[in-house]
Amino acid sequence: MTVEIRQDRVSASPPPCGEGFGVGVVPPGERAGRPATPTSGSSPQGGGETRAKRRSWVGVAKPLSPRRRVALTLLSFLLPVLVWSAFSYLPFLWHPLVEVSDPGDVAWMQPGMRLPKAAFAEEVAAAEAAKTAPPAGKPANPVYLPAPHEVAVAFWTSLTAQPTQRDAIRLPQSLWHSITIIFWGFALSSLVGVPLGILCGAQPTLARLTEPVIEFVRYMPAPAFGALMVAILGIYDGPKIAIIVIGTFFQQVLVIANTTRRVEPLLIEAALTLGARNLRLIRRVIVPAILPQLYRDQRILLGWAWTYLIVAELIGTSSGITFFITQQARYQHFENVYAAILIIGLVGSATDLALAWLGRRLFPYDRAEA
Amino acid sequence: MSLGILSPAFDYRTQCEPVRARFDKLKGRPVALSVEGLGKVFRNPEGRETVALQGIDLVTHRREFLCVVGPSGCGKSTFVRILAGLETLSSGVVRVEGRPVSGPGADRGMVFQGYTLFPWLTVLRNVAFGLEEQGEPRRAAEREARQWLALIGLEAFAESYPHQLSGGMKQRVAIARALATRPRILLMDEPFSALDTQSRARMQAYLIEIWRKIDITIVFITHDLDEAVHLADRILVLSAHPGRVAELIEVPVPRPRSHDQMLGPEFRATRARLDALIHPPKEESEDEPVTPSLVTRMAPAGDEVE
Repeated sequence: MTVEIRQDRVSASPPPCGEGFGVGVVPPGERAGRPATPTSGSSPQGGGETRAKRRSWVGVAKPLSPRRRVALTLLSFLLPVLVWSAFSYLPFLWHPLVEVSDPGDVAWMQPGMRLPKAAFAEEVAAAEAAKTAPPAGKPANPVYLPAPHEVAVAFWTSLTAQPTQRDAIRLPQSLWHSITIIFWGFALSSLVGVPLGILCGAQPTLARLTEPVIEFVRYMPAPAFGALMVAILGIYDGPKIAIIVIGTFFQQVLVIANTTRRVEPLLIEAALTLGARNLRLIRRVIVPAILPQLYRDQRILLGWAWTYLIVAELIGTSSGITFFITQQARYQHFENVYAAILIIGLVGSATDLALAWLGRRLFPYDRAEA
Repeated sequence: MSLGILSPAFDYRTQCEPVRARFDKLKGRPVALSVEGLGKVFRNPEGRETVALQGIDLVTHRREFLCVVGPSGCGKSTFVRILAGLETLSSGVVRVEGRPVSGPGADRGMVFQGYTLFPWLTVLRNVAFGLEEQGEPRRAAEREARQWLALIGLEAFAESYPHQLSGGMKQRVAIARALATRPRILLMDEPFSALDTQSRARMQAYLIEIWRKIDITIVFITHDLDEAVHLADRILVLSAHPGRVAELIEVPVPRPRSHDQMLGPEFRATRARLDALIHPPKEESEDEPVTPSLVTRMAPAGDEVE
């Protein structure tokens, strides 16, 4: 590139009338003899040429096309499922155990039993040496890693099938119980936490009066209050709701106070010059100004409430989805455990998507990514 | 531009007969805003004090258009924020129609440099905001707001949201919103500085039109000296470090104003005086010419662009 430009100049243009600044005419030897390398020319364009060929994968993010978005979203779910399927269905991948299908003459073996490959091989060798019927089996994964189809079946049956035993806990009921716990915990926390957070954000004196102690309590893990809550509120739903409130409330006040502090100050000043004062200022300007962000904060906090749920439900009498999970794990029905965990994920994401959709409807003027 | 280029014959203090008559009439009107010995000291967290404004005295009369100019950092924004009651003053007193000011109030409207329309309210409800805050019922406030929108020619956008408007339209709505509560004084802090040249000229015309129709005294902060001369009856020139009154200039350009007057002797003389006050000829450090020798040549010889 550099060389070509110089040839053009030498052959086509008339001789220069005045001399340039410093770099004179390029000697013909250099022009003919050396290929254009980024360092040979004095022009930075040479370097830029080679640099331009290296594409940068990182830059200012541009939105993806809708089709690509959908495809990538599907892929993000499909990839883990594919890995899981590979480990479940390809016997040469992992499969450290042998599932016994026919115990042969080995007295202690039973069909369906899983044991390490080495132990199984030993028994086979021993049986062959003793000329007794050897056990048969196929490679298997540990019982805690069921195959996708097993989980899918468990997922479907746990939602639809009638219980085989009369006192068995069914998934839908457990889930519903968990959802009510979350709802009340989050609602009670928000009832106090949101107004307090807004007031703290709007009024520095109040913030200084409350936030240090809240900050202090925030570091105490909510489950640590479990025993205390049982002593105060009994063993049923009370302490569980309390744990969710404790886990959510303190974060909520701080997060919402911070959001409130980020209100565009000009909006408040404009409102002040228009005569808005105190609670009216909060109600008519500060709250609407932060509402879209407050809504996003609440969505994130609701996600946190779900993480406290599992611990909360272990307190007092086990209940809800956690009881279902622990019970099924005890019976080694791990496909049911996975199904239950999946359901929590599904309910959580579905709520979040619904709230995001609602948010876009509620705040058409808010152009930040919901 | 320097004084030497201009015809030395014209002094910016020379006023033709209509202009002088106008100023006499203006000074005969009651005092709208008076500032006496206004000072502002900022104290940073380490306890060091910075004097932002010192001993500012000013009297403006009803329906005067006052512009405030000054070098950057002279505290003109602080000055207007003190007038608005958004900033406390360290010394002195500000009076609006004789009543001392403490805190923001409905007697002073303010238009800000940035866009401050409430994004969650429609244009109409933005304009009605101040009226509702004064206790008017929503219906009545909206009816009145609609008339203000008619005044600024934006009735068609009553139900739009601010993000659907252009920058100039937003500032027009902001002016209407500030005027709707019928303040005595309209404070404007570089309201058009975010706009492009064309919309700015249009906004200036709108503002003059509004000012002619409404009984309002305007205090207009700007860093654009042409804008100041074009709009103002009088220009308050502040000097920096600390901010003090350098001069209060009576603009000799006759009204009605047009952009053609920019070439006239009155305009140029006033502009030259402002330049002399704001960019004293001694301090040349900032407008130093670029010396070519500083830049190493990196383009091939013969590839000249000039």
